[in-house]
Amino acid sequence: MLGQLETTYVQYLSPEGKLSVAGHAVWNQLSAEMKISFYRWMSFVRMFDRRSVILQRQGRIGTYAALEGQEAAQVGSALALSKEDWIFPSYREHGVAMIAGMPLSQIFLYWMGRVEGCKPPEGVRLLPPSVPIATQIPHAVGAAWASKLKKETSVAVAYFGDGATSEGDFHEACNFAGVFRVPAILFCQNNGYAISVPFSRQSASPTVAEKAKAYNFPGIRVDGNDVLAVYDVMKQAIERARAGEGPTLIEAVTYRKGPHTTADDATRYRPASEVEEWVKHKDPLTRYTRLLKAEGLLSDAEEREWEAECKAQIDSAIKEAESSVPAPPEHLFAHVYAKLTPNELRQQQQLRKRGGRR
Amino acid sequence: MPVISYIDAVTQALMEEMKRDPRVFVLGEDVGVRGGVFRATVGLIEEFGEDRVLDTPLTESAIAGVAIGAAAYGMRPVAEMQFADFIMPAVNQIVSEAAKIRYRSNGTWSCPLVIRAPYGGGVHGALYHSQSVEKIFTGVPGLKIVMPSTPYDVKGLLKSAIRDEDPVLFFEHKRCYRLIKGEVPVEDYTVPIGKAEVKREGTDVTVISYGLTLHFALQAAEQLAKEGISVHVLDLRTLIPLDKEAVLEAVAKTGKVLIVHEDNLTGGFGGEVAAVIAEEAFFELDAPIKRLCGPDVPAMPYSPPLEKEFMLNPEKIAKAIRELAEF
Repeated sequence: MLGQLETTYVQYLSPEGKLSVAGHAVWNQLSAEMKISFYRWMSFVRMFDRRSVILQRQGRIGTYAALEGQEAAQVGSALALSKEDWIFPSYREHGVAMIAGMPLSQIFLYWMGRVEGCKPPEGVRLLPPSVPIATQIPHAVGAAWASKLKKETSVAVAYFGDGATSEGDFHEACNFAGVFRVPAILFCQNNGYAISVPFSRQSASPTVAEKAKAYNFPGIRVDGNDVLAVYDVMKQAIERARAGEGPTLIEAVTYRKGPHTTADDATRYRPASEVEEWVKHKDPLTRYTRLLKAEGLLSDAEEREWEAECKAQIDSAIKEAESSVPAPPEHLFAHVYAKLTPNELRQQQQLRKRGGRR
Repeated sequence: MPVISYIDAVTQALMEEMKRDPRVFVLGEDVGVRGGVFRATVGLIEEFGEDRVLDTPLTESAIAGVAIGAAAYGMRPVAEMQFADFIMPAVNQIVSEAAKIRYRSNGTWSCPLVIRAPYGGGVHGALYHSQSVEKIFTGVPGLKIVMPSTPYDVKGLLKSAIRDEDPVLFFEHKRCYRLIKGEVPVEDYTVPIGKAEVKREGTDVTVISYGLTLHFALQAAEQLAKEGISVHVLDLRTLIPLDKEAVLEAVAKTGKVLIVHEDNLTGGFGGEVAAVIAEEAFFELDAPIKRLCGPDVPAMPYSPPLEKEFMLNPEKIAKAIRELAEF
């Protein structure tokens, strides 16, 4: 399995924190602000993620899908997007959601089971996470088609995992996207496992990226733990899409450090040595921090300062989420339709009559 | 008023809505150059071009899914499933996504989408070109389900469906396409979703139906009038939302109810209608509620005697009405 994951991919920053020749070229084009932004977001997302796992253990949020290990794939890709672009996420994309502009307190609300958590601020084109697996991929293709019909420049990106590539919706969406050359990006975070099933059982082709060949658009494999490579590959795909050159499939090869969700036990299906290899030697944040430090762009003190800032922001968001009053029971019927039908109205009235707790 | 066919009413509604609203576009298999296998979308590609009349690959799940994504972006897609039988690969998109997007985004996103599909048998369509599929969706809140029986209702309801803010499944009985003709105004009009209509007034027995069997019921009523039995016929037109008031009113007219549909008896929408009547109009009833529906077999057979046996007809309905009248 590991062998398959390690076939060629775009990598600019080695696990040791060294830039390749191509990496230097990309690095030199980035603003100082952007360079620090990658670090800040990855660090922020990681702290959010670790805190969320704790909150789940404390019973303060529900079952949680941790993303630790996938920060570079999410941060690198999301930072390449513009405000006009559409995002159709799966359920592990909280990092992407934050960067898109979803307030942190709402992301916590979502994991508390509160549907308000899915309401983005005005102008943020972020759909709620699709849980059924791969269903959001055709939506991104549809939004991309709409962008084309409206003659706008926005692109649409679908985020999904390696498991989703076995679903019919992935293939139907790829085929549709290829036939109509829509401005869509199909972004796969291949984290090696769909719950317990390794990628080698998910797919006979050794990579996700090569599947794009059958649909006649580029499939690019990138080291998903290298934020620079992910950002650059994503940017190129976005430019292609905006220029009317059609869709791109990106396979970001990464690793889910923890279990599938807080309800899973990954030790039952993953060898400890494999986990250790990824955690100790391939971590996306560690390698990028090493680079920043070597370049003199980040000091230990600044690192601690930023972590304190993250903690304060996370604390405040938790406080805000926990103090937000849940909607009353009759909210059960809110938003079934734009205008409730007599049937829903009747059931809502019955609920009120029963003395639904306020 | 000009008299047009049921299928022409579909085409006219699409043509007029696409002219009225540039957000409306059509997608499906063979809907463009071919004008649809039944020719429901004939003339659209010439008028609006291939981007707004999109011939898609054979990809029902993506047809629904792409439409959902485009609807989120503010378009008004009208997707065609070539036959209702072929909607099955799209069920996940319709049930898990279209029906739930407004709900799970707390009202942020919506899915103003129409999925049209020809359904029903009696056309020698065999097992996979004859099915009625409405019962698969009637238990899924978030969807609206429209099943018109006349050209007037087809045109008015399809326009309403396209203008609706929520996903609408629009099922067209394919036997009605060229069989049923009726008067349709030239000027723009709509028929509200969620309103049933009394298609015939009567005093002895109430028949509640929709689609092709509604016409069979009207024919039976005509025959029975000669025998001195007065039949009241209610056309549901929309299954979801169900016009309960109209159902209860129609029950009160006669106290005897026959529910008729081509979809299978077990799990068919008639069961829901019967439950509503039993719950809310029990004391209006003078006889047990009766259902006359498609038999509980997996599909409509191709063999002519078997297809004939599956299909309802005016005689079968008249017989059931007589039994109720005599009760």
